[in-house]
Amino acid sequence: MNGTGNTADVIIIGGGIIGSSTAYYLAKKGVDVLVLEGSDNIGNGGSSRNGGGVRQSGRDPRELPVVMWGIKNLWPHLNEELGVDVEYAQKGNLRLGMTPAHMKILENLTDKAKACGLDVRMIDAKEVKEINPYLSDKVIGASWCPTDGHANPLKATLAYYRRARGLGVHFITGEKVIGLKKLRGRVRQVITENNVYEAGKVLVAAGFESRFILKSVGIDVPLAKQKMQCLVTEAEPKMFEQMLGTADADFYGHQTRHGSFVFGGSCGQEGFELDKQGLISNSLGVPSTCRGILKYFPGLENAKIVRGWTGWIDPSADGIPVMSRIEEVPGLYAACGFTGHGFGIAPGAAYNLAQLVADEATAVDLSAFRYDRFKARI
Amino acid sequence: MNEVNDRSRDIGEFVPQADDDMIICRCEEITKGEIRRAVHDGMWTITEIRRFLRCGMGLCQGQTCARLVKDIAARECGVPYSSLEPATSRAPMRAAEMKILANEK
Repeated sequence: MNGTGNTADVIIIGGGIIGSSTAYYLAKKGVDVLVLEGSDNIGNGGSSRNGGGVRQSGRDPRELPVVMWGIKNLWPHLNEELGVDVEYAQKGNLRLGMTPAHMKILENLTDKAKACGLDVRMIDAKEVKEINPYLSDKVIGASWCPTDGHANPLKATLAYYRRARGLGVHFITGEKVIGLKKLRGRVRQVITENNVYEAGKVLVAAGFESRFILKSVGIDVPLAKQKMQCLVTEAEPKMFEQMLGTADADFYGHQTRHGSFVFGGSCGQEGFELDKQGLISNSLGVPSTCRGILKYFPGLENAKIVRGWTGWIDPSADGIPVMSRIEEVPGLYAACGFTGHGFGIAPGAAYNLAQLVADEATAVDLSAFRYDRFKARI
Repeated sequence: MNEVNDRSRDIGEFVPQADDDMIICRCEEITKGEIRRAVHDGMWTITEIRRFLRCGMGLCQGQTCARLVKDIAARECGVPYSSLEPATSRAPMRAAEMKILANEK
């Protein structure tokens, strides 16, 4: 394993959970990997900013085979594999509703997921209260997926990085990639603000910024950039273990091992930001999410919030990621557009991406995630 | 800052020290040894150390331990103290009840 220098078998652009975990699975196969991260920190994007959900329910059915495979085969023993407690808890997911319209939304999602073999069903107010007695009496029902759960995304991302680095993966932070260059018809050079790196294979896993990198070799993937905000409370006495969400997207979140609650939500103006660069929180996000939480959990009104934060998600035009070989540019691969639900699916996705990059058959069919699937609607 | 930081750079082996069990982050009870070991595991920024260990995430949000963590990390990495970026500070400046923040319209 090389571990130093400007060349590698595979260069991965993006040091988030997708980049770090794919590097790990490739290193396990004996592949020499270099990971370039533009910011100063590993996992500085959505990987460290999300709400920690490890869920199958509520997803586009096309994502279900990959995420279900990961939850069945990887998440249960990730602690042992990575040597770090990533705080994975598989205690189910409640998606809550207060109106008949909410129930219709939940039934729709549930039926589609059931058809793909997911263990998910609708439950009534009584059963919701049995699972989680802290909820408001206004909840009339929910979808319940017992095999969903949550984990600590900060630790999971850094655990993959730690393990990959220990296996000889070469990580460099503060190296922002500005473009790619082909040589004799194949991708060959990765150009940063400071250096030029070379590899026979390049995987672009840089969130929204993947778009500019791919564009440098004539590939476009329709991604948008939307700001999301989250909050965390002080440690509270243990209340419940499920992952939570609502039909109306008022909030999502869970109570962590530490006892603090991590919640996110949507204030309704995602995508309309003036500043598309910074990670600055605005005054709308946290208060709006608080109001959403208190609708369902009036008992949390005195919980103290210690911090709010912001992150960007990269919604793709059809809401599911690109995970694809890019045949037009031999040697090029892309994994981006996880649309704000890339954490739970990351181990399964990375495992399959490593197989794809290593020219092996993938455990799960990835053809739904091809980069060239986006067509005009008429 | 975005300085190029090669994580394969050799910073030497982790050597146990006599004061490794000294508590540095008292809100989350993180010891000096845990911080030093995290650096040798690849956590070379204050932000990474904080996300991995929780120092700076407790009630005081790093007001007590931030400088100590930075000093320990700088020594372990062999870099100048001033070269390490502090972790980001965020609102609310003081812990505030959910019902108070919910009232902000």
